[in-house]
Amino acid sequence: MTSQFRQKLAAVVSALMLIAVGALLLGRNVIAAGEGSITGAVKLSGTAPHMKGIDMSKDPYCVKQNANSPVKMENVIVGSDGGLENVVLYLSEGLAGAAASAVPSQEPTVDQHNCVYVPHVLAMDVEQKFKVTTSDQTTHNIHPLPAPGSSNIGWNKSQPPGAPPIETSWKAPEAISVKCNIHPWMHGWHVVVKGPYAITDEKGLYTLKNVPPGSYTVTAWQEEYGTQTEKVNVAAGQAAKADFTFKAK
Amino acid sequence: MRIKFLASSWLTCVLAVLVSSASFAQVTEFQQQQWLNSPAATSHIGNLTGRAKVAGDPVSGDYRRYCLVCHGELGDGNGETAPWLDPRPRDFTLAVFKCRSTPTGTLPTDEDLYDTIARGLDRSNMPPWNTFTKQERADLVAWIKHFSPRWQTEKPGVPIQIPPEPEVTAERVKAGEDVFSRVQCWKCHGVEGKANGPSASTLQDDLGRPILAYNFAEGGRFKCGSTDQDLYRIFMTGLDGTPMPSFADNLKPDEAWDLVFYLRTLQPFPSKAKEIAKQLGLKPVNPNPTGP
Repeated sequence: MTSQFRQKLAAVVSALMLIAVGALLLGRNVIAAGEGSITGAVKLSGTAPHMKGIDMSKDPYCVKQNANSPVKMENVIVGSDGGLENVVLYLSEGLAGAAASAVPSQEPTVDQHNCVYVPHVLAMDVEQKFKVTTSDQTTHNIHPLPAPGSSNIGWNKSQPPGAPPIETSWKAPEAISVKCNIHPWMHGWHVVVKGPYAITDEKGLYTLKNVPPGSYTVTAWQEEYGTQTEKVNVAAGQAAKADFTFKAK
Repeated sequence: MRIKFLASSWLTCVLAVLVSSASFAQVTEFQQQQWLNSPAATSHIGNLTGRAKVAGDPVSGDYRRYCLVCHGELGDGNGETAPWLDPRPRDFTLAVFKCRSTPTGTLPTDEDLYDTIARGLDRSNMPPWNTFTKQERADLVAWIKHFSPRWQTEKPGVPIQIPPEPEVTAERVKAGEDVFSRVQCWKCHGVEGKANGPSASTLQDDLGRPILAYNFAEGGRFKCGSTDQDLYRIFMTGLDGTPMPSFADNLKPDEAWDLVFYLRTLQPFPSKAKEIAKQLGLKPVNPNPTGP
């Protein structure tokens, strides 16, 4: 047996082994019929921090667009009954098999509208396509800043008025800070998670859909207060409950 | 014999797992040694092949002698002099570079790094290292690449195409002014290119340090070259790590050339474009055409 042949054979055998291992991993958890869900409320206890008004005077267009409703920072948005908006919920432990690797086909979109990001927090799955659009008559640059050393790679693209949407995706789970250098007050988040995700509405409510029966750790992420986790058991076709309360600093 | 190749295939499996996990973990000296032995630790520039081990040799290597004092032992931009430098030395472990021929968010080509070493970076402490031989520069490129895991898993981006430069005409200069106005270069660079646009004073680099927009009226060299082609490339690729975005999605090649010609009129050097602007009596663009 020549050494070249041996090497080739070794390569083929190792490739086959990798495929076999991969198949085992994927096949381990076939989704059972009757997926469940997780619902709940996220609240803030204590006094909500004051959200500063935004001075947009660097760009008269932005001032004009918001002339009738002053714009405030959106780091912490609390509803009348203490519900916390823009909290991302996802399954940080317990997901396996196809449920973990499935990527939703719908494309979440963040629009630059009146010189703010709408929504302020965009949640998405790893490798899920998403869009960045602009409805403004002023130039923006979209500049996501993944953490140094992250396997997500940052970029910086301009969107002048009327520019087509930017369509892209992220490689790895991470809460990525996004800014516009032209309008330094513009700040938002791309929260990239693995598997099903949900984001709280203005009442702090959420529903995580398409959760296969099993036991999970649900993580709630908020940009100022970090993360909280809770263990949840999901039964087939049932809605499990997980509420979270963040404490105001 | 059979046992031997089975064993070697298992070893390949284990190695594959090790290598794939490397890019997600913090850099260890062990990993850096692995990267040093990978194909990415060579560079290919024309007929030249650069070898990282030559430039990085602890005794005779150029990196230790010329680069380490600013860029640091680990290539993280934390050399001895770094705290006193502004802009700070490049952190090679992130593999984010201003001067690329490749799209924003992609790795530069070996040639891009090779050119940057010889060109230096204007208005920074990085001088033009044109004293190195071509081989030395190629070796340094290979060494620089061994600092970041990105070179193990990613390929450089595909260089943007720069069509042949057209003739400068009055129409093109005027059209360039429209582009300058429409895509709002003036937001940072100012209507006269004096780096005094409304957003100029708030600009920060990716690490949150204050950074200046390029001042066309001052007439210094651009960070990434001085030719018309360099200027075209700069705004189409963007300068990664800085607020300067890529305009590649928003400018057609003709519009990009028009913009190059208009930008030349903002510089203090004599040029055909500047002559045309003078004849046309071009005034700075109106920053608020629709009124505040």
